[in-house]
Amino acid sequence: MTTNYQLKRVDFIFKNENDWEEVLSKNIERPSQELINELISSELKGRGGAGFPTGLKWKLSAEAVDEIKYVICNADEGEPGTFKDREILSRVPFKVLTAMAVCGHVIGAKEGYIYLRGEYFFLQPELNKAISEFEYYCKEINLDFKIKIFMGSGAYICGEETALFESMEGKRGEPRNKPPYPSSYGYMGKPTVINNVETLAHTFTIFKYGAKRFYDLGVQYSRGSKLFSVSGDTPKPGIYELELGMSLADFVDEFGDGDTKAVQVGGASGFLVPRKRFSETAIGFQGKLTGISLPTGGSMMLFNSSRSMFNVLDNYLEFFREESCGQCTPCRVGCQQLLKGIKAVKRGEKNAQYLDKLMRLAETMQYTAKCGLGQSVANSFSSIVENFREEMIY
Amino acid sequence: MNPVTELIKNLADQHGRSRHNLLPILQGVVEQEKYLSEFSMTEIARELDLPAAEVYGTATFYSFLEHKKMGKYIIRVCKTITCSMKGKNQIILAIEDMLKINAGETTPDGNFSLLQTNCLGFCHKAPAMLINNEIYTELTPEKVREILSTYLKKKGESNDN
Amino acid sequence: MTKNIKISINGVVVEIEPGTTILDAASKVGVIIPTLCYHKDLCVAGNCRVCITEIVGQKRLTAACATPCEEGMEILTNSLRVRNSRKHIIELLLSEHNADCTRCYKNGNCELQFLASEYKIMTQDFIRLAPLKKYSIDMYSPSIVKDDSKCIRCQRCVRTCVELQGVNALTVAHKGDQMKITTFFEKSMNDVVCTNCGQCINHCPTGALVEKNYIEEVWDAIADKTKHVVVQTAPAVRVGLGEELGFEAGTRVTGKMVAALKRLGFDAVMDTDFTADLTIMEEGTELLTRLKKVLVDHDEEVKLPMATSCSPGWIKYIEHMFPDYLNHLSTCKSPQQMFGALAKTYYAKARNLDPEKIISVSIMPCTAKKFEAARPEMHDSGYRDVDYVLTTRELAIMIKQAGIDFMKLDDMHYDRLMGESTGAGVIFGATGGVMEAALRTAYELVTGREVPFENLNIAPVRGMEGVKEASVKIENPLKEWAFLDGVELKCAVAHGLVNAGKVMESIRSGSASYHFIEFMACPGGCLGGGGQPIPTSPEIRQKRAEAIYAEDEGMQLRKSHQNPEIIKIYKDFLDHPLSEKSHHLLHTHYKTRERF
Repeated sequence: MTTNYQLKRVDFIFKNENDWEEVLSKNIERPSQELINELISSELKGRGGAGFPTGLKWKLSAEAVDEIKYVICNADEGEPGTFKDREILSRVPFKVLTAMAVCGHVIGAKEGYIYLRGEYFFLQPELNKAISEFEYYCKEINLDFKIKIFMGSGAYICGEETALFESMEGKRGEPRNKPPYPSSYGYMGKPTVINNVETLAHTFTIFKYGAKRFYDLGVQYSRGSKLFSVSGDTPKPGIYELELGMSLADFVDEFGDGDTKAVQVGGASGFLVPRKRFSETAIGFQGKLTGISLPTGGSMMLFNSSRSMFNVLDNYLEFFREESCGQCTPCRVGCQQLLKGIKAVKRGEKNAQYLDKLMRLAETMQYTAKCGLGQSVANSFSSIVENFREEMIY
Repeated sequence: MNPVTELIKNLADQHGRSRHNLLPILQGVVEQEKYLSEFSMTEIARELDLPAAEVYGTATFYSFLEHKKMGKYIIRVCKTITCSMKGKNQIILAIEDMLKINAGETTPDGNFSLLQTNCLGFCHKAPAMLINNEIYTELTPEKVREILSTYLKKKGESNDN
Repeated sequence: MTKNIKISINGVVVEIEPGTTILDAASKVGVIIPTLCYHKDLCVAGNCRVCITEIVGQKRLTAACATPCEEGMEILTNSLRVRNSRKHIIELLLSEHNADCTRCYKNGNCELQFLASEYKIMTQDFIRLAPLKKYSIDMYSPSIVKDDSKCIRCQRCVRTCVELQGVNALTVAHKGDQMKITTFFEKSMNDVVCTNCGQCINHCPTGALVEKNYIEEVWDAIADKTKHVVVQTAPAVRVGLGEELGFEAGTRVTGKMVAALKRLGFDAVMDTDFTADLTIMEEGTELLTRLKKVLVDHDEEVKLPMATSCSPGWIKYIEHMFPDYLNHLSTCKSPQQMFGALAKTYYAKARNLDPEKIISVSIMPCTAKKFEAARPEMHDSGYRDVDYVLTTRELAIMIKQAGIDFMKLDDMHYDRLMGESTGAGVIFGATGGVMEAALRTAYELVTGREVPFENLNIAPVRGMEGVKEASVKIENPLKEWAFLDGVELKCAVAHGLVNAGKVMESIRSGSASYHFIEFMACPGGCLGGGGQPIPTSPEIRQKRAEAIYAEDEGMQLRKSHQNPEIIKIYKDFLDHPLSEKSHHLLHTHYKTRERF
């Protein structure tokens, strides 16, 4: 396996490109199959977290037979430590809109929605302006594709794709059972492609420059570049586009404050990597060095030695206790038990061995929760307790 | 007609009366009224021909669809990890001190409610808060006091009118 | 035909139809997978996660109820990983549950308790969450007690209230650790659109939803020597009670039940079937009168179709949901309330008893009957017509408490005066039964001939189809009913309130033109009532229905107007159907209620 240990900055996503009209008009002339093949050969994987191959997603929806289909841009960016989607939508909205329209052309959808989290309400006016300009152009080139914004209202779980559909349908944002998958049964029971904002922005790059430009970046299984939301104890918090496959050590060299104790990769539902494992951890979908994958959209939170890992975990678990949708037992009750459990150990009401029981519970939660988010809420618990057990006890 | 009933009718005219129009209508009422009263929810149920319990069940799922009376300005301070690390508590204290209320409460004049909320997505500019739909970032207690005084002034002006 | 697929469950290879869930496939090979949120009456939720299974090669475990099998799947239902995870899930549910089992009404009949016992959850390692939450108990409804501390959030009640009943009194509210099952603005069940049908109770796996029980009050009444306690038993109780006392579903225990009630100490044991027959006389006459007023007199005040009024869940439903249609309801009281009104008048007089000393108890398959008995208008005897309503389940509890070995009882007969019934009265307990009974009598009243169905069995109105239709053409009527000659009497039967709602919508839209409709709140009719033994499932309802029709077939008299005690009551007391006395004692009015 080739691993790229070098940290390489890339400038695709935010590159100011004024030719979206051309990219759109050219690509909607291309046959659907050709565009799908282009995406498949780029090996682009979803940038929202789950890492599902985007080309395959589009292909499955294209193959579904239905008069009505939908394209949905998932802008319910709620994972703690992630803030890149907002930047994309405010700085390069036309790339996303173009990608949605091309997707509509590929799968045969005439309607697109941007599910925008309630916290980003203030983005709406500008984004709506962009949408009307975009739709005006669509009319000019006789492309029948409409885009609407659907506002969320403060529910982390709605980032889960089927919960998002439920929310758009006017219901509680509770994840559905899968199968059926969105490609055959999505919003309003219709075949739906749902992509993260960043994923769509990458498809713009691919459709403009060809799959190869994208594929040539990154490493095996983790092609292309990715936006990283860097926060925490770092002298330069912000959003950075980096080639996939770098080692965490290189990342910390660049972004750390010299005293980095651990990095939370992938937000509160991701994994905490302690200093001793930085150099053996690669950032990618199969960064095989320690098996660390990139479970969410590129959230990188750095912690220096002044931070109590107990407090960090406590904060995460408080978050999940509130933001779990509450329908399935492992996530709803599990989060409460993990939270109350670490507090009880800290206070000495439970002995240290109780952490082992909770570790097994965390494993059960990962195996048995109903949705992808429920399955990952215990990740931070497992990785923090495994690496900073003493901080949990004393 | 009761102004809330009228608002709901207008929202339903604008968005539609199907189940999938429920969220925009709930949001529209909150935008105007700051919260969803029992009366509002009943009227929405009536207008959309939905069971009232379903409207309640749906509304209470979403943190931003408050169902208790809220102030004219809802201050939501982010309490998630980075904001918490970067001094969220000082921000809360500063606001509590200035408005003479605790987090979770509304000022007696009904102008401000102070809430804590989950990640606002400004971790690189922590701590952050929303006042209604305005975002304020890289807060310090001094900065918060400045921001709030402009709101207090606004309030004063609107009271004069 | 789609090709079958091959899978293996715990090493046993089985061929199944594509689309079969793991849960159903497992039951085919005799493998039981425990469930909680799953119920055969309801859509799949997949949220309790108790039914998780391992698919070889997959890291995640899979909910058996919600996952269709795929070709070649190797499924393990009892691997170490499955067992450990399942135990965890049960432990988690217990940690959130007020597991004070010995003080719980459902002690001994709780699915969570059963699972805990099966998996031998002997320790309480996890932190007990139940005491930390501000749980409340809602005891304001006369029918239903809702105790949130026992709720495991499986949402079976919500799905029941929404899908099966279309009532939507219950909902899921809030999220995360605050998520709970509640009503609009967390009001009492008594203050919302709840119809008291009790289907939520029947579908609740734990003690979170139970009937408000009046067992102690009835024991007190029996023990009070100054009181004369009469009891009536509804048609559906005799085909359900056995399930609580060791019999197979579908066993008729009429005679044993009467014997048990006598042993419990009731002073008179009589039959709601008697007033069911009486209902047919009153309601049948009312229907014919309405037909005449509409068809001959063109009286616009009189509405068709006429709807039955025996089911108090249905009554409260229409009062909330379709209040503008209340004048379509028959004015007849339900058999329970007719019985109550007569017990303290007709019966009291005949037995020379002071009605004030009579305590009238009814045994019902129903929780809405508790509400009905408490309605303020149900005082036509001058007293509260029915004092206490017990469900089938409560009666079973009393029988057990009294140490009666039910299986060994010899059959006994109901007491006279209001204890005689016909097969028509019995079938009130099944969906379509009121319609069938009414047609048997009305047709004969009009034509002088028996209803033209083989052996009096009106098959089109039987069975578990949600909405059933039947029509009977009236030919050569007797002279006084000449206006009905050639009229095709169109009837419909709906059971389960969601189906009732559909029929009402079709009436409102004008797409349906019926003369007479039977509505029952509960799926299957009263035999599937909210007060019947738990569990109730489609198969069990089917068996109870078969028992009801068998009881009917076995009876000498099968038409209400043949009941000698009915003939007697009209001769001695009521005069004739719709007489002034009937109006006073046996008919009622309804109330408009809020829908939102």
